[in-house]
Amino acid sequence: MIDLPKKWLTSGLFSIALIFTSHGVLAGAKDDPLLFMLNIDKFEVRDGDDDSYALEADAWLGYDLNKLRLKVEVERVKGTNENAELQLLYSRAIAPFWDLQLGVRHDIDPQPEQSWAVLGVQGISPYFFDIDAALFIGKSGRSAFRFEAEYEQMLTQRLVLIPEIELNFHGQTDLSRNIGSGLASSELSLRLVYQVRREFSPYVGVTWEAKHGRSKRIAESNGEETDNVQFVVGFQAWF
Amino acid sequence: MKKQPPLTLLSSSTMSRRRFITGAAASSTVLGFGLHSSLSFADPLADSKVKRMPPQVLRGNRFDLNIGYQAVNITGKDSLATTVNGSLPAPTLRWKEGDTVTIKVTNNLSHDSSIHWHGMILPTHMDGVPGLSFAGIKPGESYEYQFTVNQSGTYWYHSHSGFQEQTGIYGAIVIEPKEPDPVAYDRDHVVLLSDWTDEIPENIYAKLKKMSHYYNRRERTTGDLWRDIKEKGVGNTWNERRMWNQMRMSETDISDVTGETYTYLMNGMTPEDGWKALFRNGEKVRLRIINASAMTIFDVRIPGLKMTVVASDGQNIEPVSVDEFRIGVAETYDVIVEPDSDSAYTIFAQSIGRTGFTRGVLTADASLEAAIPAMDYAPTLGHQDMGMSMAGMDHSAMKMPMGGMDHSAMKMPMEGMDHSAMKMPMEGMDHSTMGKNLNNSASNLGKAGYGTNVGVVHAKTEFGPHVDMRVELMQNGITDPGVGLRDHQQRYGRKVLTYADIRNLTPTIDTREPEREIQLHLTGNMGRYMWSMNGISFADAKPLALKYGERVRIVLVNDTMMTHPIHLHGVWSELETGEPNYIPRKHTIMVQPGSSVSYLVTADAMGKWAYHCHLLFHMPGMMREVWIS
Repeated sequence: MIDLPKKWLTSGLFSIALIFTSHGVLAGAKDDPLLFMLNIDKFEVRDGDDDSYALEADAWLGYDLNKLRLKVEVERVKGTNENAELQLLYSRAIAPFWDLQLGVRHDIDPQPEQSWAVLGVQGISPYFFDIDAALFIGKSGRSAFRFEAEYEQMLTQRLVLIPEIELNFHGQTDLSRNIGSGLASSELSLRLVYQVRREFSPYVGVTWEAKHGRSKRIAESNGEETDNVQFVVGFQAWF
Repeated sequence: MKKQPPLTLLSSSTMSRRRFITGAAASSTVLGFGLHSSLSFADPLADSKVKRMPPQVLRGNRFDLNIGYQAVNITGKDSLATTVNGSLPAPTLRWKEGDTVTIKVTNNLSHDSSIHWHGMILPTHMDGVPGLSFAGIKPGESYEYQFTVNQSGTYWYHSHSGFQEQTGIYGAIVIEPKEPDPVAYDRDHVVLLSDWTDEIPENIYAKLKKMSHYYNRRERTTGDLWRDIKEKGVGNTWNERRMWNQMRMSETDISDVTGETYTYLMNGMTPEDGWKALFRNGEKVRLRIINASAMTIFDVRIPGLKMTVVASDGQNIEPVSVDEFRIGVAETYDVIVEPDSDSAYTIFAQSIGRTGFTRGVLTADASLEAAIPAMDYAPTLGHQDMGMSMAGMDHSAMKMPMGGMDHSAMKMPMEGMDHSAMKMPMEGMDHSTMGKNLNNSASNLGKAGYGTNVGVVHAKTEFGPHVDMRVELMQNGITDPGVGLRDHQQRYGRKVLTYADIRNLTPTIDTREPEREIQLHLTGNMGRYMWSMNGISFADAKPLALKYGERVRIVLVNDTMMTHPIHLHGVWSELETGEPNYIPRKHTIMVQPGSSVSYLVTADAMGKWAYHCHLLFHMPGMMREVWIS
């Protein structure tokens, strides 16, 4: 499968160790030091069921303009992974507010596993929308496109309302994974976040997931739900 | 003429490293104020428990300075500082003009260190900048600085290694003039302002790179939006915010690092401590105010007292009476005050963003306390701070007639008021040909003292992911008091010092016209927390070459929304304030957001010199080497 990450991971971990051991140093003003950031954007329990949760996290290692980036998304419903994916990306700044991202995505779930090449852009649009849009190209010409946008409305200096939208498009119908071509699924969510400190913010929220078009009809014919409202409780954290 | 009470003279060589004998304390013993004249401590941890004292004063022409770690407790938490002779701030050094001073600096840190004598005109290898002047001082080693003091006034010294300035290596230098002092005073006090944090500076820098607004707790909220809509209507609110929304910047972004983490100090003492400056009845008091902060620009005033500014960056100026002045990081101002002996006054220094302050008490009676004023309103940036000409801007104030530029292209964004058109106003222009104007050597340069008449020219290197803003119309950085101070005259009736008020006391020495002009842009990407000059960071930049002996004009254009104090080592920056015969000499010059200032430089000091923004976390990127040969 993917052999590259091992090497990257080893050198990455070594660099992280270096960064941590250099804490406490009182000298050394480097303009563009090698930095590491772990950002848990969502880690939440859904519908009060402790075996239904979602994790969205992203870690990077790198410099001002060039970073190695790992993105993780897991969505677990009643003890089974509905969705579990990893993306390993090279991220390069191409404009003041935009990064171009190239790399690979591997889906562990839904089964069977599959891999994609990734071409994405991530950044901040005018009016302060956080945007992450990516095109995925899989084996035998499979394709998918994902668009995510979120906005942080500061209610106070610490209380933040975050609406978010995610849209998933697929180029082809894939019956083995119950996916139809076209707009396949969407997720609209609203989270009320309290910044205990910049690095840690618990939240409550609500999400509305829906299947659309052909995917919806496939789900209907399988007797599955086509949309789903869930209450969520979780936290954001980074360092 | 000055007549000071006798002070206990202290020779540095007899001082134990952890003895704290302060100038104020020493003189107060004489005056009978009953402060402890000396304290000595067995172990560094015990030091942190005692009441903080202002730094000791060292006199003479031989000094031993020991850089080391020191346990401190400034915020209520034990923390580790890097200090000189165990003191935060470092000892005040009192020199005499004409003396040759020898300073042996020993580095007891586990990292390289250095001392830079800020504002001193001296040989390049004595300037203390690792990599330029010398190799730095290795752990356990010493470096002997020796130079003749050819100037007088108020200066300071600090480490030029890593982020050691943030952790405590800074102190005052006071030089007594050889000739009779033109400034009459009876007593002087050093007022050294600084910012302390328990955080490790490298971590602050990393946080800013990960989340540039980390320390800004003044972000726009829904409440502000609602208030604006109620006051101004939906349309006006939308229009007002459009530029910020489109540029993806925040008008509350005044300082990168704020009172969220900083405790602001006066002579090393917190606002709670309340440092006391004592005087006797009827005395004229000279306050030598030094901004030794890492990242904090202060606005200083003494409610109830007029301040007569008599020196700027150590150099005597024509006295100017003010109620308030802004002091950029690394600048110094000397003011004369004539306090009443039956009152106590607060020396009040609030941060530019009003996220915190420090204060001291000026009093004839050590038992008196003075009322502490509330901080002024928190300023927000306006369109003019983005270098954009908007309605209400005074075009006549613009000294820059936009020399060889295409006026039609410039007018477009000004008239339409369409902010969306302003994002890339220079896009249609041919930057390759404009780049040639960057080093203008034409004979039609602006006259010395009056500034440039060349318009704003953006280098090709300013375009890319590393630069998020470019001004299209330089604002006048000389007459503008600066963000947050512009309405203080009308609002509070305070006369605020501007650079335009500063005239040198003695005539301009080098009266030549500039031979050429160098336009340098202060650039950056706020969100990515990257800083540079002309879009090129220090690591990637070629040295700026000056010819020995030449008279050159440097035009600084601030393409960011931060105020940058720019420090040129080795030679004076002669600020063009519109008075060619009395050009003030400075070592550090604040360049306001979206503004431009220009100054003349006589390249009369051979060697390699540093040239940089003195905001500590901007310095790694926003820096140049200047080679004079």
